[in-house]
Amino acid sequence: MPTPHAVRAARFVADSDRAHWHDQALWFVRVKRDRMAQSLPEWEALRETAAGIKAHTLSRLGDFLEQFEERAIALGARVHWARDAAEHNAIVLSILESHDVKKVVKSKSMLTEECHLNPFLERHEIEVVDTDLGERIVQLAGEPPSHIVLPAIHKKKEDVGEIFHRFLKTEAGASDPKYLTEAARQHLREKFLASDAGITGVNFAVAETGGFVVCTNEGNADLGVSLPKLHIACMGIEKLIPRAADLGVFLRLLARSATGQPITTYSSHFHGPAAGGELHIVLVDNGRSKILESEEFRRSLNCIRCGACMNTCPVYRRSGGHSYDATVPGPIGSILGPARDAKKYAGLPHACSLCGSCTDVCPVKIDLHYQLLTWRGEIGRRGLLPWSKTIPMKLLAFVLKRPWLYALAGRIARRVLPLVPRWLLYNRLNDWGRQRELPQIPKHSFREIYERRQRQSQ
Amino acid sequence: MSDASASRSEILSAVRNRHVPAAALPDLTGAWITFPDRAAHFAETLRSVGGTCVDVAGIEELRVALQSLEPVAAAKKVYSALPEAAPSTFDMAQVADPHALDDADVAIARGEFAVAENGAVWVTDANLKHRVILFIAQHLVLVVPRNQIVNNMHEAYARLRFDGPGYGLFLSGPSKTADIEQSLVIGAHGPRSLTVYLLDGSA
Repeated sequence: MPTPHAVRAARFVADSDRAHWHDQALWFVRVKRDRMAQSLPEWEALRETAAGIKAHTLSRLGDFLEQFEERAIALGARVHWARDAAEHNAIVLSILESHDVKKVVKSKSMLTEECHLNPFLERHEIEVVDTDLGERIVQLAGEPPSHIVLPAIHKKKEDVGEIFHRFLKTEAGASDPKYLTEAARQHLREKFLASDAGITGVNFAVAETGGFVVCTNEGNADLGVSLPKLHIACMGIEKLIPRAADLGVFLRLLARSATGQPITTYSSHFHGPAAGGELHIVLVDNGRSKILESEEFRRSLNCIRCGACMNTCPVYRRSGGHSYDATVPGPIGSILGPARDAKKYAGLPHACSLCGSCTDVCPVKIDLHYQLLTWRGEIGRRGLLPWSKTIPMKLLAFVLKRPWLYALAGRIARRVLPLVPRWLLYNRLNDWGRQRELPQIPKHSFREIYERRQRQSQ
Repeated sequence: MSDASASRSEILSAVRNRHVPAAALPDLTGAWITFPDRAAHFAETLRSVGGTCVDVAGIEELRVALQSLEPVAAAKKVYSALPEAAPSTFDMAQVADPHALDDADVAIARGEFAVAENGAVWVTDANLKHRVILFIAQHLVLVVPRNQIVNNMHEAYARLRFDGPGYGLFLSGPSKTADIEQSLVIGAHGPRSLTVYLLDGSA
């Protein structure tokens, strides 16, 4: 049985033009990232510093959370704590209900995606509009984002044209990004003006000040929270950093790593509610404290959600974000996914060639490919591997432990394989035979050739 | 609410009970990038992100420049935080509901300082009645003293104090998106253009 990722990826690559286009689109972003990283002589020092700040924060997370809460309350914000997604959603709903809110605009927040906040609020008859253009596209299409920074990267402009024609009444067949973006601007402007509350994510929360920073290019977070009186900011507990000055390090890394920009267009610092307004901050654990416990996987909490590991990943680029079937796809998602549900996401750490490119680009120095390898062992130990992997591996281990058997098997294979008909080697049962050809079978093994040469030279 | 405080103490004890090795908080002094001509680098970087940077020698020159700036010349509704350089067309003090600013064509605001490395300007809502004006106007103009340009973000944060309620942002270029096929489109939700005037001879 192939893993679900492989099945979903197979669907994606079935349209090879689209798969190629997707690959190129992401590689373009990776190249922009490289240009930005190389323009700063101190890039490596920045990464090192960022990783150090995160390590320190995680070592005293409880203290920083309390400090942040105390400062945020002093600034006039209200702070809520949620153990899991259900509690997070209930808190957000109760705040909205107590203000009699019917319409909400939301800027990009992977946490609310993780908690499936939208469908929850919709079930309670609250309209939620995602205002990031990419998120709005996938929201209208009824899909989850396929990338954490570029939610609609899997959509071609013609697809967007079709979606907008259906929902925003743009001209049929129109696919000019400028025209479509303008249509979305008009459509979303109405939503901004009609909303009763704004929800945002949080990129960084500062323990010493009690404030937080939200980064966007479109300005949707700021527009969304400065019209209504109510602002709800939802954040994972790992978003904390100790000092405001640490923002200098992270804001220098984030946009350069994410999209190859020197900084996002808007990096907004919220300290307390706006005059006459109300600010709620929801701190969410949802499995993060469990990851904190693990020596091997703790560093995955360093993640600042820049998406650089996805843009560089040869598997992600060629299989698309939806093939991961997880809120966070790509290399970091293949670590966070199994931490959440090892059984459901058992296949993800194998959707990786261990090339290590993700580790090289990660701005906070997460050792991604080592963690992916560690997960593979962990998934094996927990008995979550499919038999298509366990049986061949057991067989291989049995043979490799016995040099005489290995030599014998080789000798037989060299005789027999050239005689086996193609249909027996390349069929549905043999995953390895798909898109792969066996090499030319040599007459003799290396060991045989070596021994013969030794004999001749004596 | 007892349930709420239970969650709080549960999360705090969960993160405290983990054996996370101690790690020192890094010192932030470093050989961070500097530029021989900060204004020139700022202007070049701002241009690369879709903004425009213009040098003006004084208020009078700024006034003339603003008069001929296309969005201002064409504007019906203008908010100006610098009445000495350009007049507002309405009295912001009389605006009770920020939604009424939806038809603003141009906002002219002050930037405290600029950052050479990334073309960003630090702007706060300290003197703005409705901060939404920075995002809802069709075009944005920022005026920054030319002698207030730092090299990098570390120098920027060394200037900033967050010791009370407030709002501020680094703003770099006009509102933009590349969410449709990675094609850059200027004017996503916010201003369709950003012009930064570097004003000489002011502090």
